Amino acid sequence: MSAATAPATTERIRARRIAHEIGPPLAGVAGLIAVWALIAALTTTDGVPSPLDAWRAFLAGVRDGTIPDATVKTMIRLVFSFIVAVTIGTMLGVGLALNEFARRSVRPLVVALQIVPFVAWVPIAVIWFGATERAVVFVTIVGSFPSMTLAAMAAMRQVPPILKRAGRTLGAEGWDLYRDVVLPAALPGFIGGLQQAWGFAWKALMAAELIIAAVGVAGLGHLLAEEGETGDVAALAAVVAVIAVIGVLVEYLLFNRLDRRVRRRRGLLVEG
Amino acid sequence: MSEVITTEVTPTAAPDDRAPKIAVRDLVKTRRSTRGSIVTAVDHVSFDVHIGEFVCLLGPSGCGKTSIINILAGLDEPTSGKVLLDGRPIAGPGPDRAVLFQEPALFPWLSVAGNVELALKLIGTSPAERAARARTWLTNVGLGSFADVQPHELSAGMRQRAQLARALATDPDVLLGDEPFGALDAQARELLQDEVQRVLLEREGPKTFFFVTHNVREAALLADRVLVMSAAPGRLLEEVRIGAPRPRQLDDVLVARVVSDVHELLMREVARARAEGSDRPIVQEVDDR
Repeated sequence: MSAATAPATTERIRARRIAHEIGPPLAGVAGLIAVWALIAALTTTDGVPSPLDAWRAFLAGVRDGTIPDATVKTMIRLVFSFIVAVTIGTMLGVGLALNEFARRSVRPLVVALQIVPFVAWVPIAVIWFGATERAVVFVTIVGSFPSMTLAAMAAMRQVPPILKRAGRTLGAEGWDLYRDVVLPAALPGFIGGLQQAWGFAWKALMAAELIIAAVGVAGLGHLLAEEGETGDVAALAAVVAVIAVIGVLVEYLLFNRLDRRVRRRRGLLVEG
Repeated sequence: MSEVITTEVTPTAAPDDRAPKIAVRDLVKTRRSTRGSIVTAVDHVSFDVHIGEFVCLLGPSGCGKTSIINILAGLDEPTSGKVLLDGRPIAGPGPDRAVLFQEPALFPWLSVAGNVELALKLIGTSPAERAARARTWLTNVGLGSFADVQPHELSAGMRQRAQLARALATDPDVLLGDEPFGALDAQARELLQDEVQRVLLEREGPKTFFFVTHNVREAALLADRVLVMSAAPGRLLEEVRIGAPRPRQLDDVLVARVVSDVHELLMREVARARAEGSDRPIVQEVDDR
């Protein structure tokens, strides 16, 4: 092969790989939009906006600044709540993994928290904090930290005993054993916990924003509440799409990538 | 306890009268079975391992060999009896005793070199020295060009080599082996046995080796002394000294004789245990690979 053709070939391979990566999801989205358009065309009422209506509503929302503004406010709230939830969940989960008595007494409570739908916390949050940003953040944290706690605990407890034994015979005891063996071994489980907590935080935040009409703190959930009252279905569809797209992008571009990278490095990923 | 018969296969130097590196006295280990009954894994076993010696503990599966390794490694405690290292009771695991596990316990998030470097870090080696020493040891076991790959990319035999490099890099006084080559195919096993023989010949300082195995040939190839254990509950049956020069081959006359003698002894023991209706099935009695 001559030197001149080599870059072109690698470029083509690269292009083919990207097509292979994003082709199927794009086909899925295209299929969804087609089905949506078909349903919109077949229904005569105003209840189902066409994809084009939703797109126009989205552009309008971007132009008048409501969608970008709400997105930024929501994301700030989401990231803050997520970080707090992950911090609490990781510390609690690791703590529970280390102490059997604490685990046996606290784990059922965390499971109970996990089972209670996060919407159930909204009235309590409003009574405690009023219809404020704090109430929204509270519901989001309470809705997402239990899954992180349980995932962190399971990750710690599923570390293969042989690795701990090997670490101890190499002279790792106490904190060294955790830093150099147990925590790295538990990393894939922690990442799984991040993924779950992210999903729960999103859902809890939307529910909280939708219900708690906090003055001057409009987020995407508030936008849903407003458009719902005016009955603008196209605008509602646009906001739902924004929520879905942000959630999927973060999942795929951040957590899924991180997870695959960590697992590929350890030989835990079977490429298919 | 039955009397231990000592067979001198070849005349060797007079038994070492220095203080032993490892002294096991009347060791008993019992454990609770899954059904709740108490099972004696090790039954009043006593032996010494001297500095610089290579001792193999040979016995049928389920005779408590792994219990003995775990106790020597400090990962488990004796039910009764004494286990002394340099005359002091073993208080826990430590880098003075490296362990080769049957399943190579490499850390999957670290590269092969990273595994060796972590062991060096844990004994306080400076960062600059770690990398160099890791490379040297990986080259010694034939993994020089695999330093930067992840453990899962290696074959089972290569993983065991990596574990050997990690164990030896920290310069332990004692190398304990828990059937380290038991899960390998015949060829990989042979290569590893050659590797250990080479390490033995090139070793610097008085290193002591104690391996448990159910493979008669492995014991005959590697050991200065073979301790033969009975079927469960494990007792010592016989002690065989092997004075054959190293490196040894399986077809060396002395090695072949030890193999056939010990094999016969073990087969008799397995037959006896079976006739007595040992409470546990002996899955894999004697490994002849």
